Amino acid sequence: MTGWVLRRIGQTALVLLGVVTLAFFMAYAVPGDPARLIAGPNADAATVASIRHQLGLDAPLWSQYTAFLGRLLRGDLGTSYALHGAPVAGQILQALPTTALIALGGVLWQLVLGVPAGIVAAYRPKSAADRLATLGALIGLSAPPFWIGLLLLYYLAYRSSVFPLNGLGDPLWWYLALPTFTLGLAGAAWYARMTRTQMLEVLRSPYIQMARAKGLRERTILTRHALRNGLTPLITMIGMDFGYFLGGVLIIESVFGLPGVGKLTYDAIDQLDIPIVTGAVLFAAFFVVVMNFLVDLTYAVVDPRVRNRR
Amino acid sequence: MDALLDVDDLVVRFATPNGDHTAVRGVSFSVAAGERLGIVGESGSGKSVTAQALMRLLGPAATVEAGAVRFEGRDVLGFSKDELRRWRGAQAAMVFQDPLSSLNPLVRIGRQVTETLREHLGTDRRTAVARAVELLSEVGIPDAPARLRDYPMTFSGGMRQRVAIAIAASCSPKLLIADEPTTALDVTVQAQVLDLMDRMTSELGTAVILISHDLGVVSTFCDRVLVMYAGRVVESGTIEEIVGAPRHPYTRALLGSIPSMTGPLPRRLPSIPGSPPQAGTRPPGCSFASRCPLAEDVCHEADPPLTGGVACHVATREIATRDTREIATREENGR
Ligand SMILES: Nc1ncnc2c1ncn2[C@@H]1O[C@H](COP(=O)(O)OP(=O)(O)O)[C@@H](O)[C@H]1O
Ligand SMILES: [Mg+2]
Repeated sequence: MTGWVLRRIGQTALVLLGVVTLAFFMAYAVPGDPARLIAGPNADAATVASIRHQLGLDAPLWSQYTAFLGRLLRGDLGTSYALHGAPVAGQILQALPTTALIALGGVLWQLVLGVPAGIVAAYRPKSAADRLATLGALIGLSAPPFWIGLLLLYYLAYRSSVFPLNGLGDPLWWYLALPTFTLGLAGAAWYARMTRTQMLEVLRSPYIQMARAKGLRERTILTRHALRNGLTPLITMIGMDFGYFLGGVLIIESVFGLPGVGKLTYDAIDQLDIPIVTGAVLFAAFFVVVMNFLVDLTYAVVDPRVRNRR
Repeated sequence: MDALLDVDDLVVRFATPNGDHTAVRGVSFSVAAGERLGIVGESGSGKSVTAQALMRLLGPAATVEAGAVRFEGRDVLGFSKDELRRWRGAQAAMVFQDPLSSLNPLVRIGRQVTETLREHLGTDRRTAVARAVELLSEVGIPDAPARLRDYPMTFSGGMRQRVAIAIAASCSPKLLIADEPTTALDVTVQAQVLDLMDRMTSELGTAVILISHDLGVVSTFCDRVLVMYAGRVVESGTIEEIVGAPRHPYTRALLGSIPSMTGPLPRRLPSIPGSPPQAGTRPPGCSFASRCPLAEDVCHEADPPLTGGVACHVATREIATRDTREIATREENGR
């Protein structure tokens, strides 16, 4: 298995290089002159030119690219145009804990809401519970999260002040309850559907029939024989969602005024602050790629068949 | 009644999108303690559904009705969830057709063997593990103690079926239902697995219902045979009766399709021309009539009842007139 892990790490590194390259050229292709942006609308041409030189923007593309890679390796993502030269990496790292909490909460809500609903639906197909879960999933899937977020804010924070209106405070979970719930709701619908499909398939399988024929308790059959097999495909969803959320939850963070990576990116896009946007994109890509790797690794640990195939 | 299992008029219906269809139509039989009953018939004749109905393994799409299904006099269809759980695996065990998918791929072999022991006999972990090692050695798994921690994928099909037999035998059940236990295996392995089943069940005095589409397999193993066709029993009797003097034309055709183990292999295995009618679209009359070389008008009109161990208008009449030779000549002419 070590050989496989090493190969997989190599692949991951290659993908990251690809992403970095793409991000560099994307940033380069964006219209608008960063030097002009930093210098301000009233600066003269000489000032703009000197800023351009300071930023290395007048160097040839290739050397800009290698300089960019070299800085990246040192963990330097450049400096923000709009935030007066603040280092991008610092800005993102500062926003990251908030986003990590939101991401974690969102994934938890997805699991807590989605998985039990899916299991119940699979155990009693076509029952009232199944139909309710399907309906819930439909609503969760079709309602835009910002709309649900605004509704929750209006009724539970503005009208009845059960929850705080925005920002962060103490206790933290109090402030994160609504945003994470909103984030998790849409995903929960996917989890419910996925769980239902998987569990239906597993419950029909010969080894479950065998477990029944052995006279095991229904609880044992569910926990030991069905859940493991039915829920392993969720590992992918959990991992990918977490990586994806870590990259910044733009809409949720903006609606709830949370100072995370998403909010940072949102504001940066607004101000054409390319280094921040590029940095955020790189971070997002980094998390998705790394989670992808971790997902594969988890499969290898959970499922002996995967382990031995490699 | 001193039968271990007594099945009276078992009927199984499935609700399907194109309406109900009846997979098992009034099957009756009984199995004495320690007896071995074979059920043969082409694929689709309702053998598995019968077995699953007896073990109450059919899903909500199936309706099971019966005059009675009694196990030691107790009404199996009336069992509560708890009674059912305590009965399955302990009193009545089952071995399935496909050993590759009937063991859970994500659970270690040891756990899959010990869980039955622990559930039914309340064995503590240590004792259960020791017993699992014994069982696996008994069924011929080499290096059993080490293999407890392995997953099913590291076992061959034959080895997995041995494990399944070990599991089935672990609580010394009174009845073992084996649904095509050797069909998925290589021919060389088939005989070994049958031998193993033979040894394990005769040691424990377990009664066996062996289901197979292969009359050859059944005739080496069983005392009595039921021949099923299109959800019905069309003939029943001892092995000697069925193999020595088959009466139903379908049974004869099945016998014709046993490849002989001795002598030269026939160039082409004989098989029965045509196929059984689909469950939804059975014509009135005998289900075999459309494929039967002896069919007469009456066969297309009325379904023959099972009388004297055979459900066939022609055979019943021939027996009544004791002119059995004529069947042979007619059959010759029919070919
Ligand atoms: N779950 C099911 N739903 C509907 N029909 C079924 C189901 N299981 C079996 N059947 C039907 O019952 C009939 C008998 O099947 P089965 O008992 O599996 O045959 P076999 O004798 O080969 O074991 C077949 O026509 C099959 O299509
Ligand atoms: Mg079958």
